[in-house]
Amino acid sequence: MDRAATAEKIAELVEPFNKKGIAITEATTFAGDLEWDSLTVMDFVAAIEDDFDIIISMNQQAEIENYGQLIDAVTKLQG
Amino acid sequence: MTDLFSKFDPLIEQRRALLAGGVEDPFNLVMERVISPTVAVCNGRETILLGTYNYMGMTFDPDVIAAGKEALDDYGSGTTGSRVLNGTYAGHKACEQALKDFYGMDHAMVFSTGYQANLGIISTMAGKGDYIVLDIDSHASIWDGCKMGDAEVVPFKHNDIVAMEKRLKRIPEGAGKLVILEGVYSMLGDIAPLKEMIRVAKENGAMVLVDEAHSMGFIGPNGRGVAEDQGCLDDVDFVIGTFSKSVGTVGGFCVSNHPKFEILRLVCRPYVFTASLPPSVMHTATTSIRKLMHGANKRAHLWENSKTLHKGLRDKGFTLGTPEAQSAIIAVIMPDLERGAAMWEALLHEGLYVNLARPPATPAGMTLLRCSLCAEHSAEQVQTIIGMFERAGKAVGII
Repeated sequence: MDRAATAEKIAELVEPFNKKGIAITEATTFAGDLEWDSLTVMDFVAAIEDDFDIIISMNQQAEIENYGQLIDAVTKLQG
Repeated sequence: MTDLFSKFDPLIEQRRALLAGGVEDPFNLVMERVISPTVAVCNGRETILLGTYNYMGMTFDPDVIAAGKEALDDYGSGTTGSRVLNGTYAGHKACEQALKDFYGMDHAMVFSTGYQANLGIISTMAGKGDYIVLDIDSHASIWDGCKMGDAEVVPFKHNDIVAMEKRLKRIPEGAGKLVILEGVYSMLGDIAPLKEMIRVAKENGAMVLVDEAHSMGFIGPNGRGVAEDQGCLDDVDFVIGTFSKSVGTVGGFCVSNHPKFEILRLVCRPYVFTASLPPSVMHTATTSIRKLMHGANKRAHLWENSKTLHKGLRDKGFTLGTPEAQSAIIAVIMPDLERGAAMWEALLHEGLYVNLARPPATPAGMTLLRCSLCAEHSAEQVQTIIGMFERAGKAVGII
C-alpha cells in the first residue's frame, strides 16, 4: 500500500479515537494536540497493527510524535 | 538556567492541592512501632495492617528471627561486596538451594531486590534484534528491564490471549522471542490465564518468563504460584520472585531449568555491580522459604480471609477489582483521587492501613484502595476491617 492509500486507511481508523473532533493535519501531535492518554494510545496502536498486520514496537512508537510520522512509519513497516 | 525539576511541577501542584485540603499525606506514613505482622502503631495510632504484602506473616516467625540473629553474630552485618567477588557467603548458596528445593528447579540466582531481578534478567536476556511481548499492566520493574535492554518491546492488552498471539505471529522469522507474564497482577489482584497463554507462547517459539511475586508461598498446592496452580509450571522457562512479600524479608530471585542459566552470573549487570544481601537476610530468607514449603494450613486460612473480605466489601456496596477473590489482594475502586484520599484517611482514623494506589501505577487511570491480606489476620480482624470500611465509606459518601 503506498503512502496515499495508507494515509486514507489511517484517517478511517483514527476517527473513532478523535473524540474531540480535532481537525487532523500531518503536524498534529498525539500527546499534545489530541491529548491522548497511554490507554488510548495503546488501543489506537492495536487498531493500526491489526488492520495493517504489522508490529509497531514501543521503541518505534517513541519516535512517532505526530500524525505525518505515523503515516511514514506504517508505510515503511508494510515493507 | 533551565531548572531540571520543572518537569515535576504538575505533580508538586497536585500534591499541594491534595494536602491543602487537610488530608494526611498518604505517601508519608511512619510505622513507629510494629507489634505483629498485622498490627503497628502508625502516626500515633494502633492500626491494623491491610496493605503490606506480608501474605504469610513470616516477619515475626520465631525461627526466622533466630536464624537472622545467629547469622548477625556469626557472619557480621554485611558482605561489602558483589556476589562475583567477595559477596557470596555460605548463606547465599544455602538460600539458592532452598529456592531450588522450593520450586523443584535446577538453578536459582538471588538478587539484592525483586526489582533488580526483573531488571537484570530481562535486560540481559533479551538484546538487540530480540522481541519482548508483554502484558500492558506489567510491573514497573519489568518495563524498566525492557527499557534497559535493546530488544523490541511489544505490549498487548491485559490478559488478552488473542492480542498476544497476533503479535507473536507478526514477529519476523528467526528473531528471539520472550513472553513476559505475571501470575497475579498487583493492582487489581487478578490472575492470568497462564496455561492458555503459555501454550500459545510456546507454539509460537517464545521463551516464557513469569513473575510470581504476589503468589509465592500462597497460590498452588506447594505455594509455587499461579503456574503451579494451573499445572503449567514445567513450561515456564524463568520464574521471577521476591523475598519482600510472603518470605518476609528483602531480595529477589530467578529460578530456571535452562541448562546455560549459570552464565547469567557473569553477564547480568544488576547482579554483578551491586553488593550482595547481608548474611542475616539470607538466613532469614532461607528459614522462611523452607517453612513456607509446609504452610498448607496457613494457605487455607489466608484463602478464607481473602474470600471473606471480598464478599463482605461487595455486600456493603463497594466496587471491587475482581468479580471474586482471585488472590490475597482485594482492590477497592475509588471514584477519583480526592475521594480515594479522603477514604484512605478515614480508614486510617478508624485504625486501618491500606495502600492508596493511583495513576500511573494503576491501569485505566483508576484510584484504588488496595488491601492485601495476611495468613495471620484472625477471622475477627477481618470482620473488624469490614466494619471499618462500612463506616468510612458512609462518612466519605462512597457507599
